[in-house]
Amino acid sequence: MSASSIGASERRTEDKRFITGRGQYTDDIRRPYQTHACFLRSPHAHATIKGIDFKKASKMPGVLAILTGDDIANDKIGNLICGWMVLSKDGSPMKAGPHPALAQGKVRYVGDSVAVVIAETLDQAKDAANAIKVDYGVLPAAADLAKARDAGAAQIHENAPRNTIYEWVIGDEAAVDAAIKRAKHVTKIDIVNNRLIPNAIEPRAAIGEYDQGTESFTLWTTSQNPHVARLVLSAFIGIAPEHKFRVIAPDVGGGFGSKIFIYPEETVCIWASKKVGRPVRWTAERNESFQADAHGRDHITHAELAIDEKGKITALKVKTLANIGAYMSTFSSAVPTFLYAPLLSGQYEIPSIYCEVDGVYTNTAPVDAYRGAGRPEACFVIERIVEVAARELHIDPAEFRKKNFIKSFPYQTPVASLYDAGDYPGALDKALQQHDYKNFGKRKAESERNGKLRGIGFSSYIEACGVAPSAVAGSLGCGVGLWESAEIAVTPTGMVEVLTGSHSHGQGHETTFAQLVSAKLGIPMDHITIVHGDTDKVQFGMGTYGSRSGAVGMSAIVQAVDKVIAKGKQVAAHILEAAEGDIEFSDGRFKVAGTDKSAAFGEIALAAYVAHKFPTAQIEPGLKEHAFYDPTNFTFPAGTHICEVEIDPETGVTEIAKWTAIDDFGTVINPMIVEGQVHGGIAQGVGQALLENAVYDKNGQLVTGSFMDYCMPRADNLPSFDVDYVFTKCPSNPLGMKGCGEAGAIAAPVAVINAITSAVGHENVPMPATPNAVWAAIQKSAKLRKAAE
Amino acid sequence: MTTVTLTVNGRPASADVDARTLLVQLLREHLHLTGTHVGCDTSQCGACVVHVNGRAVKSCTMLALQAEGAKVVTIEGVASNGKLHPMQEAFREHHGLQCGFCTPGMIMSALDIVNRKGNNLDEHTIREELEGNLCRCTGYHNIVKAIAAGAKAMR
Repeated sequence: MSASSIGASERRTEDKRFITGRGQYTDDIRRPYQTHACFLRSPHAHATIKGIDFKKASKMPGVLAILTGDDIANDKIGNLICGWMVLSKDGSPMKAGPHPALAQGKVRYVGDSVAVVIAETLDQAKDAANAIKVDYGVLPAAADLAKARDAGAAQIHENAPRNTIYEWVIGDEAAVDAAIKRAKHVTKIDIVNNRLIPNAIEPRAAIGEYDQGTESFTLWTTSQNPHVARLVLSAFIGIAPEHKFRVIAPDVGGGFGSKIFIYPEETVCIWASKKVGRPVRWTAERNESFQADAHGRDHITHAELAIDEKGKITALKVKTLANIGAYMSTFSSAVPTFLYAPLLSGQYEIPSIYCEVDGVYTNTAPVDAYRGAGRPEACFVIERIVEVAARELHIDPAEFRKKNFIKSFPYQTPVASLYDAGDYPGALDKALQQHDYKNFGKRKAESERNGKLRGIGFSSYIEACGVAPSAVAGSLGCGVGLWESAEIAVTPTGMVEVLTGSHSHGQGHETTFAQLVSAKLGIPMDHITIVHGDTDKVQFGMGTYGSRSGAVGMSAIVQAVDKVIAKGKQVAAHILEAAEGDIEFSDGRFKVAGTDKSAAFGEIALAAYVAHKFPTAQIEPGLKEHAFYDPTNFTFPAGTHICEVEIDPETGVTEIAKWTAIDDFGTVINPMIVEGQVHGGIAQGVGQALLENAVYDKNGQLVTGSFMDYCMPRADNLPSFDVDYVFTKCPSNPLGMKGCGEAGAIAAPVAVINAITSAVGHENVPMPATPNAVWAAIQKSAKLRKAAE
Repeated sequence: MTTVTLTVNGRPASADVDARTLLVQLLREHLHLTGTHVGCDTSQCGACVVHVNGRAVKSCTMLALQAEGAKVVTIEGVASNGKLHPMQEAFREHHGLQCGFCTPGMIMSALDIVNRKGNNLDEHTIREELEGNLCRCTGYHNIVKAIAAGAKAMR
């Protein structure tokens, strides 16, 4: 087997265990003398807890402990935290209400945990939980985002009047207002970005274990970032000192953001394991995932776009209400602010932008990052309003975009982002060509002959990945640095262990990371192992989210590999009896420049460990290097997606007829894996646009609490996708990578809605555009047409 | 407790189970065959699909006691003598999986589709037949390709 290369579609190393049923997810792990936890959850959206009677339950078979919020308080277990401080426009800090792992005195959403039963078997735990009697004082609920700040709305947290967490602003309001006043045309839109439930197919799970001998804890958990989980559980929640606490995130079955956060359940499992003196395990049932995983999106937005007489955009004004849910989840504050508004410039030169975001508590599950996290919401605003503006001005939407695209870089937007590189017209042109846009009219006419409507929608999206550098993240309120770590440990036989702080839960890191190291070191991929997800093996790391593992995680690997090569050169100079400056490394060999003398990577690895032939006072034995990499900027993947739909006007059923995606991800390590990421992202975006919607009724009951009510995209809802690239190198990291994990989910929803609105001739189509909603829009459109006649 | 006796992946197996124990719990908790996954508890996601007497069954929908005397095949029994089944090979070759959690159910369903519909499967048929299997990672694009290729390779 020879070395791999960057750009090869290597088949995945990790697949073998998954296709044979030998993966090891958290729920597959069995611990000796393990016990089972069942959480008793609130059936009310808002209520005081007047009493909890578990006398009967505690005597039931197999019950070992029943714990409540009082025990959390007595043991001085800290509240869950939100790790990103956001300030209001008046400078005041966000108003975070306390979030205990088990409710204390009050419940604030359906699914809030009131007590936990720990028993010998899961069935016994469930039976006992059913026998607990909670005396609730039911309160009115503030479940509707639009009404949660009304006078008289239920007050969810004492410290947040009118349920307002922050009133955050960015940009120059006076400049924007002046531009709107001067404008030739102003386009206005009102949109709702629908609430989603992430629904990774593996439910969240945790196993806590306490070792009385060493007084140390181990937590197996479904986490995208086990080191951050350990840090938060240690430093803020106070379970145990960090060095006495191991967190393992083994195979994780999808995350999409929902497994970033530190939740009540793992907190309780690890805390309770010491109280009962045995391992405590919990795996969510799907109804618990629906109720208590952090949800995504949920914005109400008004936007105005100013355009001058030449058709150039001059200003954008945006006002957004963001639903945060009943408690502030780990990164909830940043998603609708710093991950949202800095992308509102889209791919366009817009001289002035102003955005206000109000973060609002409601009696619903916490809302936090979900694939794209703020950026799909921003993309929806800008790409929707640009599309509507083009239609109002009777300009071809592609031409209108091109006219306003940013064409030179670096480009400083008025909303903090500094775009480093891109080719927006190139991506749009390639998309138009590959989609056969010029024949869209013919296809539309053909559909109409068959009694169908046909529409086309563009999405020229941009996103920001690899949030960085750390100092900037810190200055914006982030509680942690956003670098990544890597360690390259070479064994004496020349095998390589790569320890990374990134975490793979579907992204294929075990393949792409090995591919990169193989290409750099000139050794076969099967000589390389990728180690991740265990705080006892990897010293520290920041995990995987925000499409950061390529741009940040792999850059750390490059930095560590370069150190290994530099050390190898020192050793090779002695072995090959040449000056260190004359040693070159290529194709897996250390070579003396201008001679035929060389030594293989494995030979130098062995020489480094044997340490016979170099002065160990100057050169330390061994071959193992560590790197912490902090990027110089965000990366800015961008591209154009085109969605073409055909709609049956009788039923309102939308079928996606054709999908073209042209993305610029910078350097691509493994095109097969990258395309898979794009497919999955588009599917989630189409899900948002056509199918998915988390619905609470006015009392805060979750109406969509199972796969029977919440419509997940299935194979027959989706088309195959035509995916291709343009390339501009990212100047902010050594590999020139931008990130690909979220692009599809960011680009897709607005492409679908732009296509549907183009087909039905009516701009007001909500997400999800169910057959009923589309049919209603067609009726309105028909009425509008009739009225105009 | 009642004893259930059955054949799993060609080997005899038995366990003492509650009347309410599900087939998937028997497989995962009693027989430690953790390749069969639970993703929803309501027979929607298909992560728990196994074959019972040659037919695909969602093992969260069947009581363990109903499997008395049955021949059950799980994902662990699909490869033989360390050699991957052509459908497993196809999933790897066509990148038909990402996180891997839905994959065992997908492969068991795919084999059942081939059993019922033959080796020449068009995209439309595969997409319709996958109605009972949810994947959140792949957008199904490569699963569809993998099943079409795997079906052909099984000829």
